[in-house]
Amino acid sequence: MIPEIGQFALILALCVAAVQGTVPIYGAASGNASLMAVAKPAARGQFLLVLIAFCCLGYAFAQKDFSVLYVAANANSKLPLHYRLAAIWGAHEGSLLLWTFILTLWMMAVTLFSKHLPEAMRARILGVMGLVSLGFLLFMLTVSNPFERLIPAAPDGRDLNPLLQDPGMVMHPPMLYMGYVGFSVAFAFAIAALLGGNLDAAWARWSRPWTTVAWCFLTVGIALGSGWAYYELGWGGWWFWDPVENASFMPWLAGTALIHSLAVTDKRGGFKVWTVLLAILAFSLSLLGTFLVRSGVLTSVHAFATDPKRGLFILVFLAIVIGGSLLLYAWRAPRVGLGGGFDLVSREAMLLANNVLLVVAMGSVLLGTLYPLFLDALGLGKISVGPPYFDTVFVPLMTPAIFLMGIGPLAQWKKASVPSLAMQLRWAFGASVVTALLLPFVLGKWTPLLSLGLLLALWIVTTAVINVRERLTHLEGAGLLSRLASVPRSYWGMILAHCGIAVFIVGVTMVKGFEVEQDLRMNVGESATIGGYTFQFDGAKDFVGPNYIAARGTFRVTKDGREVTIMYPEKRRYMVQSQTMTEAAIDSGLLRDLYVSLGEPLDAGAWSVRLYHKPFIDWIWGGCLIMALGGVLAITDRRYRLAWRREQEAAPAVSQPVGAPIV
Amino acid sequence: MMRIWVLMFVMAIPGLVAAQEARPLAENPQAEARLRALAVELRCLVCQNQTLADSNAPLAEDLRREVREMIAKNMSDQEIIDFLVERYGDFVLYRPPLRATTTLLWIGPFLLLAIAGTALVLAVRRRQNTLPEVIVSEADHQRVEQLLSDGAKRP
Repeated sequence: MIPEIGQFALILALCVAAVQGTVPIYGAASGNASLMAVAKPAARGQFLLVLIAFCCLGYAFAQKDFSVLYVAANANSKLPLHYRLAAIWGAHEGSLLLWTFILTLWMMAVTLFSKHLPEAMRARILGVMGLVSLGFLLFMLTVSNPFERLIPAAPDGRDLNPLLQDPGMVMHPPMLYMGYVGFSVAFAFAIAALLGGNLDAAWARWSRPWTTVAWCFLTVGIALGSGWAYYELGWGGWWFWDPVENASFMPWLAGTALIHSLAVTDKRGGFKVWTVLLAILAFSLSLLGTFLVRSGVLTSVHAFATDPKRGLFILVFLAIVIGGSLLLYAWRAPRVGLGGGFDLVSREAMLLANNVLLVVAMGSVLLGTLYPLFLDALGLGKISVGPPYFDTVFVPLMTPAIFLMGIGPLAQWKKASVPSLAMQLRWAFGASVVTALLLPFVLGKWTPLLSLGLLLALWIVTTAVINVRERLTHLEGAGLLSRLASVPRSYWGMILAHCGIAVFIVGVTMVKGFEVEQDLRMNVGESATIGGYTFQFDGAKDFVGPNYIAARGTFRVTKDGREVTIMYPEKRRYMVQSQTMTEAAIDSGLLRDLYVSLGEPLDAGAWSVRLYHKPFIDWIWGGCLIMALGGVLAITDRRYRLAWRREQEAAPAVSQPVGAPIV
Repeated sequence: MMRIWVLMFVMAIPGLVAAQEARPLAENPQAEARLRALAVELRCLVCQNQTLADSNAPLAEDLRREVREMIAKNMSDQEIIDFLVERYGDFVLYRPPLRATTTLLWIGPFLLLAIAGTALVLAVRRRQNTLPEVIVSEADHQRVEQLLSDGAKRP
């Protein structure tokens, strides 16, 4: 009964989405206020309906209703409740439901925080989001129904993939989807602006916080996923350039470019056409990412062929959304107009160059991810594109981007002077280069990449310091404190996010350069020393978990004779899918992680063991969190609390361009 | 005999000051280092997406042993890679070799950069030539400031 209610709620939501996607947009085009007013209640109604459906699926999992096919395939009577609930998004159908639910959540947020938006604009935004939602609901109801019954019911479920039975599964997908789907707001804004033909600075200011929030979620979501892979997969890696990872990284790169481009549109009225294109791109990549991961096309191109209905729907949906919005773009963008002109050496030009580098990097990731699929589909052979390729391509693209990141915030708008920039930055550059060259020797090992990584990180930090000092000296105010207080928060957000990148780079560089790994055969009582830490193996004991049996090893870790910690790595065997999992033990620290994973049991209580000493690895995720924190700080700036005023709408828009329509 | 040793170790644990050093899993650490350098660029053929170095799959273990044997036979890295490619195809390599079919893959990013960079310079130049000098005037800035401060006063 409950699953049928869920299904029915989805069908109703589909009807509401159909209304929401058409009536308000038509109303906005014809200037009919009562038709436009449909958007808000429709969006809220849809939110409620999808929430009901979502709860129904959750209830089916909680009640272990194995007469629902999706529940039977992804849960088991022995699976603990929190993982049963996380299993809602454990596979294809439920992930789509989560996606749609989060989309309606964003819609709800738009209805709540759009009081000051012109009626037509809001109607168009919600209308576009309704159309996206329509596509997803249709997809679910036709070929990916999470409520499909299994008759007769299964006696027990097939269980959730053991890899997914982890706290990471509870947090990572919702965060990631909040980011993915959050870009739909920026997308809807862009499409609404194209439809309405007004893209002024106010438009940019309004869409900025939405984009930044989505970007923060995506940043945290990716970092969570990376951290999860690090401790769950048992080989100590944190990023593998796996297609699934790339699928989330591409929208991030496009979103990062979008944030910077929006800043220019907001402050200078420039880059409008480009900003709109990036908004379309970021959301298109989010859609592509969702489908790449969820359609099974990555495991094998032939997964597509075994279920052609799904694949076809996905292709058609992507074609309509991406193709349609690009067509609209080609038709309407020339009317949007350009902002002011600027010199090749100016803050605008540097931001644009950074945008280009980010988009090219995104394009390379896309190329590397899809290339093997295309070759395979065309029958030209199977190849693997892995970390060696991406590292080779990515580093040369990101190095100039990070170099520009140091200069850009110091350069003047419109036209900057090279000599004065050079004067301002000469100490930062000199200090960074000298330190980056010498520091590795102090640390005990020199490689070009080690120096390059440190150089980039130091460059970001030193230029940030110069930037802050410069900013403070040009401010009026008596004391340092009052001057500090008068600096807007969005500025601190920018500085903080950039420093987050520096922290991230330090983490990556130090781990790559100084990581120590040992594969050992350890008898009970034997010890091994890496990175100054001595690991003593005290044997492994069997124990029984809720739905697995495990061997748990005990390692006593000492440094200079003093006990540091005791670590308990596990080797688990999950009963239902009879799959073996390595649960590594990790001792995290600011400057290093200790990482122990059990291999295979050998004779007489001995085990094969992998020990790692990973310096600075937590800086990788710390850097991501700092970036996200920078974003949060930026959206609390008072400029976004500025109320949208109707008078402003009537008056000629701020910095409305009069330029010729050139793309 | 082994058992007694284990027992002795277990009993000695609490007061153990200098425990015996564990042996590396591999018999020949130098060969193992070479194996690792090779294996991080090779694909485990049965895994979803893992390198030969990281995988714990039985087949990966077999393949590692084979590579170890080849190293013991004094084959060069290139010979080993050639052998593996001949047997498993390019699929086994995570760094795709440059061939007719992969040319676009390797030059694509840099081609893209060249095109985008050129487009950027051209677009900026054209804007400079076609757009009037001053678009946002001082009065405009003041009006924005005025609007901002008005807006900030509103709750």
